[in-house]
Amino acid sequence: MQTPHTFRLHFIVLFVVLFVLFFINLSVGSVSIPLNEIFSIFLGKGASKETWHFIILQYRLPKAITAMLAGGGLAISGLLMQTLFRNPLAGPFVLGLSSGASLGVAILILGASAFGGFFGTLILSQWSLVIASAMGSFLVLLAVLAVTFRIKDTMAILIIGLMFGSVTTAVVSVLSYFSDAEQLQQYIFWSFGSLGNQSWQGVLILGISFLVGLILSVFSSKSLNALLLGENYAKSMGLRIKRTTFIIILATSILAGSITAFVGPIAFVGLAVPHLVRQFYKTANHFVLLPAVLICGSLLMLVCDTVAQLPLSEFTLPINAITSLVGAPVVIWLLVRKRKLFF
Amino acid sequence: MDLEEKKIILQTTALSVGYANRKAESKIAEDINFSIAKGELVGLVGANGIGKSTLLRTLTGMQTPLNGQIIINGKNLKEYSPFQLATQLSVVLTEAPASKNLSVLEMVSLGRQPYTNWMGGIADDDKKAINWALQATETQALAPRKCFELSDGQMQRVAIARALAQDTPIIILDEPTTHLDIYHRAYILKLLKSLTSSTQKTILFSTHEIDLAIQLADKMLVMTSEKTFFDSPCKLIEADHFAALFPKDIIDFDAATGRFTIRK
Repeated sequence: MQTPHTFRLHFIVLFVVLFVLFFINLSVGSVSIPLNEIFSIFLGKGASKETWHFIILQYRLPKAITAMLAGGGLAISGLLMQTLFRNPLAGPFVLGLSSGASLGVAILILGASAFGGFFGTLILSQWSLVIASAMGSFLVLLAVLAVTFRIKDTMAILIIGLMFGSVTTAVVSVLSYFSDAEQLQQYIFWSFGSLGNQSWQGVLILGISFLVGLILSVFSSKSLNALLLGENYAKSMGLRIKRTTFIIILATSILAGSITAFVGPIAFVGLAVPHLVRQFYKTANHFVLLPAVLICGSLLMLVCDTVAQLPLSEFTLPINAITSLVGAPVVIWLLVRKRKLFF
Repeated sequence: MDLEEKKIILQTTALSVGYANRKAESKIAEDINFSIAKGELVGLVGANGIGKSTLLRTLTGMQTPLNGQIIINGKNLKEYSPFQLATQLSVVLTEAPASKNLSVLEMVSLGRQPYTNWMGGIADDDKKAINWALQATETQALAPRKCFELSDGQMQRVAIARALAQDTPIIILDEPTTHLDIYHRAYILKLLKSLTSSTQKTILFSTHEIDLAIQLADKMLVMTSEKTFFDSPCKLIEADHFAALFPKDIIDFDAATGRFTIRK
């Protein structure tokens, strides 16, 4: 079996590209900050303008880190879901996590009028949105895990996840129907996704959840490799299917749930990055795919965020739209060229 | 007949197989008794739907028996953890691997999972076992190819190589000869035969190639709707059990040649 060692060169190139993109990302925005100034800020020498110092450390650095965590985390959960359900169309949100998060946020924003002024003021804080969407995805997660314990068939879990998604989407529709334009707009803005405006505290919480999800994924990698042969073969090689399924779903939920809570529902990355990586890494070994998917996801998200900043302009585009606009053509191009979509 | 007592490695007593849920159980086959010795090649034959796959699924622990005992290597199947069982028994299933993106080498290497560390790292022992498995099935040249590039016959050899790499005393194959032409059917069964004699592995396979199995197998399990018989092919022919396999309106069993002929 090919090991990460076989792909040393791939990884070195990826790391260099990631490094370069990271600094380009920091440098562009409504105010362009030269790279040498960024280096001197990092080296503790300070920048020639005080505002640059502030922008980099308080705004752009947390945003860049959030982008990398979000991109990498979503890509990993996409890989886990594609292998667990042995379905190339699976992504981090097949189990209805993003719908759960949407429901939480929808209840908070759209339902606020029903509860009156107290909640109305709460909405102003960024944290309440995070908490609402975290609780939403957590509730869906609990429901899915409860089902996982009872049901033997992995494909049934997939369908049930989709059903949870439909139900929560329906509830959101009903809530939207009865709410006024201003609240609706606020909800829609949340659903656009946003990497910016993260406090360092938020980045820390996101980072910790990311790390927990990552560790669970790494320890599941051997089982994921076995699952490539199918459940029956995996079982015949000593795998405990139920426990493995549970851990994989838990890892996905922690990753996708926390990311959705902080940056909103980000489409596309989780589904597409594993496919992109499989085109370049000719292996099915998860010990290679996992780090590759992690780095490529971070990379893609940094690129998307850089594009979304619309360099040299005042505007920032919704990140959720950019990920698809940038990513979809790349995937289409690759598939047309290679004509094969495997998982 | 061997003079020395051969070691019994797979044994069932009064085994019933089928499906059960809280309300009802549907028995598919019952009172199955056999004792397979080390190094024997055993063919399992029976009509479609008689319960061959159910029996194999039960023997491999994918399904729980409704009644009776399964003893593997002196220990009840129930007492094996999935991990321990993986070192006793490997399988070749009718299903293709779920991922077509696996290379042959990767697929065969996966057979080493019960022995590798948490990272699935391949040590020297593992390499040896993998190389031997590739050699025994003549699949070395295929090693770098992807599974989706293989023909049915090659795929079947690779699936057997994976089971060999798992290095278990027992291998159970579910219809290893389906979709293959006559040459490759014979090739696979001869391969199984030579593996039992050269490695002393015990191999149990289900098949519809009754005539080929009669020629090659040491023992055969014949599942009919009334009863399951276990004996050497010659004795089973003498007792006329093959004739009971199918309804007699279209085909006849010819004891002299050991094959079925169509009624004219």
